[in-house]
Amino acid sequence: MAQTATASVLDTERADFHRRLLRQMCLIRRFEERAGEAYALGKIGGFCHLYIGQEAVAVGVLAALRDDDYVMGSYRDHGHALARGMSAREVMAELYGKVTGCSRGKGGSMHLFSVERQYLGGHAIVGAHIPLVAGAAFAIKYRGEDRVALGFFGEAAVNNGAFHEALNMAAVWKLPAIFVTENNRYGMGTATERASAVYDVATRACSYDMDRDTVDGMDVLAVYEATARAVERAREQRLPTLLEARTYRFMGHSMSDPIHGHYRMREEIEEQKKRDPLHSFSDRLVEAGIMSPEDYEEMERQIREELDDAAAFADESAEPDPYELYTDVYVD
Amino acid sequence: MPTITYRDALNQALKEEMERDPNVFLMGEEVGVYQGAYKVSRGLLDAFGEQRVIDTPITELGFAGVGIGAAMVGLRPVIEFMTWNFALLAVDQIVNSAAKMLYMSGGQIRIPIVFRGPGGAALQLAAQHSQAFDSWYAHIPGLKVVAPATPYDAKGLLKSAIRDDNPVVFLEGEMMYNAKGDVPEGDYTVPLGKAEVKLEGSDVTLVCHAKTVAVAQRAARQLAEECGIAAEIVDLRTIRPLDTETIIRSVVKTNRCVVVEEGWPFCGIGAQVVDYIQLHAFDHMDAPVLRVTQADVPIPYNKRLEKAAKPSPDRVVDAVKQITYLD
Repeated sequence: MAQTATASVLDTERADFHRRLLRQMCLIRRFEERAGEAYALGKIGGFCHLYIGQEAVAVGVLAALRDDDYVMGSYRDHGHALARGMSAREVMAELYGKVTGCSRGKGGSMHLFSVERQYLGGHAIVGAHIPLVAGAAFAIKYRGEDRVALGFFGEAAVNNGAFHEALNMAAVWKLPAIFVTENNRYGMGTATERASAVYDVATRACSYDMDRDTVDGMDVLAVYEATARAVERAREQRLPTLLEARTYRFMGHSMSDPIHGHYRMREEIEEQKKRDPLHSFSDRLVEAGIMSPEDYEEMERQIREELDDAAAFADESAEPDPYELYTDVYVD
Repeated sequence: MPTITYRDALNQALKEEMERDPNVFLMGEEVGVYQGAYKVSRGLLDAFGEQRVIDTPITELGFAGVGIGAAMVGLRPVIEFMTWNFALLAVDQIVNSAAKMLYMSGGQIRIPIVFRGPGGAALQLAAQHSQAFDSWYAHIPGLKVVAPATPYDAKGLLKSAIRDDNPVVFLEGEMMYNAKGDVPEGDYTVPLGKAEVKLEGSDVTLVCHAKTVAVAQRAARQLAEECGIAAEIVDLRTIRPLDTETIIRSVVKTNRCVVVEEGWPFCGIGAQVVDYIQLHAFDHMDAPVLRVTQADVPIPYNKRLEKAAKPSPDRVVDAVKQITYLD
């Protein structure tokens, strides 16, 4: 049942894989920094929830999936979309509300979609997409396929009825679903221990006799390995898993929330930043000789170029035509 | 042509569509082993097995969401609510997930799903089991809302709803399940979005849907016998998209209109119909359009009070007399 992942081990024979994970994490970090700047400049509107600090979760989890598996996430979805292989161009253009965005400017930051990459949304009612994940898993079983359906949600969603209803059905019907809780310790400004009678999210699975796992969400390899175990369980045995990744968000809940203030102190954030998933993994790769400091600089340079291009693309792209207001309401 | 009940007409539609398309499945509380709380799904478990006729826990939000998730990846679920009263728990899924997904995804994700079950008042079920939510769902862009009145329409509309690529809210009624009518065997469809003139007349238009079609029919007989008034009955059949053309064509002919609906008056279906009429047929109207609805109160348990709360033929007749200045 419950396994608590031990510290992950680098495998120098998989150097390319490790470098790819690092690159994705770095891309997400830099993308989110750009998004924050663009938001401040008024190029991005509405709500915008940054993923900085949690990169190892999206990257580690999605590295364990196949391209034809189904993935859904919550409103903090930029990192999921990028880790799923959506381009920085289409994601940034969506944040800018442009017609070239992945949801053609109609979804925005919280509703990123790509059927091509099987990223089935960005959903913005807390917990409400958890039954949708069970539904996609139901469809997989219905058709006798060997895909899996995986959903990300925050730890605050597990006090919500949708979570329990979905997990119960996934367990009783033996669905190939993986429920990933990104436990970043705060539901907006409310600390987990102030909102939840049970601190360990993964133990919630006991109510449904479901396999569970708790993993250090700041360690991308540990996240990958734990997810791979859940994927095997789903693919081979058609059994669901609740996977809790202990992580931390370095930014505010959204752009309107200061990084520290009423509900958490600067010292706590500084302490958590010692676990920075990007820095700790890049240090490990350099120490193991998988990557030189020069390689790292080169990777950063390429990412800068990619994001310069994405920002220019988003800037230069057209707004949706006014007639688009009335399209996509119904399928004709 | 065989005469069968509304219940069996729905059952035929489900059976034929499940035979036609392996992606169609039925999910809900008691739809399988119990054969349906109102026996609409009778025999389907035996015919299609538990993979396609799925009994759920009592968890409306949850299984509505499971259906939507399955529809997102290409299945065509029919989700049965034991009653629409219980579907209040699933409104977030219907409104936020089903109705908006196509739009939010920039046209990428279709939700071909039918949510169906009985709604409105039956007999002495009291306030929490007697609600007509037609106007709630009709308010939401992205949903289609269908409310058949006859067995023929029930079968033909349910088939169209299952084949539609949009989320469809399909409103039935406990008190209609035993109603009988002629229903052809085998395949036919009734298009969504098309009203039907159930009775031709020249003096007043009665706009109605679902249970209130029978109310209007009784009122029309009474009006013909007692006052020599020829009422025309427009059965909306689909609430959204609303067939405004048929409504306007009728009122332009009769110059008078009463809208009869089961729901509460405030922001009801009738309010929308009246708005279309004032906008598109203002100069044709010889009298204000009146509305007959259920009383603006929670539905009471007491039989006499409940009866007084519901739209009745007498109230329709009174309304017609008022606008034909016979009173």
